[in-house]
Amino acid sequence: MIDVIRARLRQGHRTMRYPDAPPPPLPERFRGRPRIDASRCPVGCSDCADACPTGAIDLREGPRIDLGRCLFCTDCASACPEGALDYGGDYRLAVRERGELVIGEDEELRLADALQGRLRKLFGRSLKLRQVSAGGCNACELDVNVLNTVGWDLSRFGIQFVASPRHADGLLVTGALSQNMRLALQKTYDAVPAPKIVIAVGACAISGGPYIDHPEVANGVEGSLPVDLYIAGCPPHPLTILDGLLRLVGRLERAKAGS
Amino acid sequence: MSANGSAEFATIGNGRAIARAKVPLVPPAELLRGVSAAVAAGARVAAFFGMLDPDPDDVGLVVVLADDRNARLHLGRTRVSGRAFDSLTPACPQVHLFEREIAEQYGLRPEGHPWLKPVRFQRAYRRGYEIFSGQGGEGPAIGVTDFYRVEGDEVHEVAVGPVHAGVIEPGHFRFQCHGENVFHLEISLGYQHRGVEQALRGGPDRRSLHYAETLAGDTTVGHTSAYCQVVEALARCQKTPRAQALRGIALELERLANHVGDLGALANDVAFLPTAAYCGRLRGDFLNMTASLCGSRFGRGMIRPGGVGFDVDAALVRDLLARLDAAERDTVNAVELLWSSSSVMARFEETGVLARDVAESLGLVGLAARACGLPRDVRHDHPSGIFRFAHIPVSTWNGGDVFARAYVRWLEVQRSIDFVREQLRSLPPGEARSRVEALAPDHVAVALAEGWRGELCHVALTDAAGRFERYKVVDPSFHNWMGLAYALRGQQISDFPLCNKSFNLSYCGHDL
Repeated sequence: MIDVIRARLRQGHRTMRYPDAPPPPLPERFRGRPRIDASRCPVGCSDCADACPTGAIDLREGPRIDLGRCLFCTDCASACPEGALDYGGDYRLAVRERGELVIGEDEELRLADALQGRLRKLFGRSLKLRQVSAGGCNACELDVNVLNTVGWDLSRFGIQFVASPRHADGLLVTGALSQNMRLALQKTYDAVPAPKIVIAVGACAISGGPYIDHPEVANGVEGSLPVDLYIAGCPPHPLTILDGLLRLVGRLERAKAGS
Repeated sequence: MSANGSAEFATIGNGRAIARAKVPLVPPAELLRGVSAAVAAGARVAAFFGMLDPDPDDVGLVVVLADDRNARLHLGRTRVSGRAFDSLTPACPQVHLFEREIAEQYGLRPEGHPWLKPVRFQRAYRRGYEIFSGQGGEGPAIGVTDFYRVEGDEVHEVAVGPVHAGVIEPGHFRFQCHGENVFHLEISLGYQHRGVEQALRGGPDRRSLHYAETLAGDTTVGHTSAYCQVVEALARCQKTPRAQALRGIALELERLANHVGDLGALANDVAFLPTAAYCGRLRGDFLNMTASLCGSRFGRGMIRPGGVGFDVDAALVRDLLARLDAAERDTVNAVELLWSSSSVMARFEETGVLARDVAESLGLVGLAARACGLPRDVRHDHPSGIFRFAHIPVSTWNGGDVFARAYVRWLEVQRSIDFVREQLRSLPPGEARSRVEALAPDHVAVALAEGWRGELCHVALTDAAGRFERYKVVDPSFHNWMGLAYALRGQQISDFPLCNKSFNLSYCGHDL
């Protein structure tokens, strides 16, 4: 017992102060929201789009990147002869509408607004989520789980993962929605009492990710369930996921107004 | 010894390629006899799979045997006409799931298989020969199969999943129970099936590497290393010593993050919250070291054909060494609490015991095998890359219980820390990445790597144009799920979460 107490003292208090203090530093090589400098694009060049594993780049109106498909692999930036693409350190990648994830040059991401009205009143201070993993690589699940560790301590915001959909206010879905998980996902959704929300985390859940257009998947939850929050990344960093959740429940509004 | 020099097989080393024509094509009965004899002499079946033949009535079968004592791999192949072949499973149980997979994918029935059921509930690759219901038309209905049942007035069945209580992957578990006691557990998977092996056909292309990185997200470095080894073998690419060392560092950091995380999760499952809390954080410290290497906590972008995607400089090495020291101190402090807490040991010891002979006959790999006293470790038995020069001792324990699986992790954590430290201090100079040319046509290459769960086996066969005609992935979980089912026999059902976590197998790596 004395060893346990000694260890407790030694390991110390580890919960971060974010969002009341700046977030923990991200590694120098972190790949966040891409920036595009279309003025550098040679005429007729399609090297970035050709290199993209998921077809996330549309060249019809200058390069536009669909962050819902993006794996943040930087194959496009490596292929670009002119350095027109660059993945920066901005970890904030959560939006409320699918279309907002498509960005071009000089376009800011319209970060997620908070829930409004009754949903805000119901979920703003207490949001219970049922997680459904539906055909991915388990990396998104792992970094969602990290939010429950002492460093992040998600429960201090009133957000918790619960064991039953009956106890949940909504679903947090990961994975490309394999055909083999369609029924289970639908049943889980149906079992959540209304009103309910759906959060799609990661490229798979948003678009199918690396498995886009495989006959074995349904290209994510779009079209199967109404999605209230999209958190992009492959997988999104825990900070990206936390940022999205906090925006949804209105915990980052003040910070946004101040910045 | 085993198959060495025998007529049924061609022999290569780990991470090597050979012309397909040099692998003898023998009649099915002869190949299966050869496999039986080799396994009886101590070889393991690392892979056994089908491939389409130009004649739709035929299916090719390819086998890779691992001869651990001699660091050799034996390749064999045959062609089966029609709809069936004689099952090897009764004589050689470790092929049981491989044969079920061949049945599901190619409609080739292993006659005499004692447990013939779908593996992933997927559509067949060879159409018109489907064996399981629904495979032909609308697609199979997942989880609808002939589950094993124990009959009796006082017997009850507990069905769990695919959606579980935690933030984990989907799978279905059926327990046949008498009160709290489990007679039998059947594990039925396939919910994570996303068609990766099929999609790798015709590659390498712009997605192939990303498939390798997402075969199992927690084993990104391991699987991508095996994939790259296959590509490099087919392209005759030599990696620099620096690239090999950096790959080794990334692989061991991946092991560290997962093992430390699992030790915390095991503590959590017996409600010992101090270690659970500390290890949950410390896992992140190791993941963040990987992120310092390549920007991704899971090692995305680090392992690339020809070497690594990111080099390190002296400042990063210093930083990583300092963080490694700090994480080591806190990890020792957190984990040693487990072994000195009687409440923890009472739950760990003699729970979920898997006998060594069962583990051996099921063909278990990795830490689950080592915890049964089987000294199997690709880094030692089939060393490639940096592991040819820097030897990591094989960590084993004899109990086969939850404690053994926890303690082997702890032994490996200490050895991996030593390895990473030594490699960071003595990084060879040179380039971090070499050029990779086109792949050799009509060749077959095999790569084994020791991921944190165990042996990752990748096999690629190229066609006349040097494209993947068949790409086979064997995740350690494919071998080990049956080990978990056996470990549950005679246990309390309430100990399932603890037993399950002690194996911590991959659903996506199994389902592909």
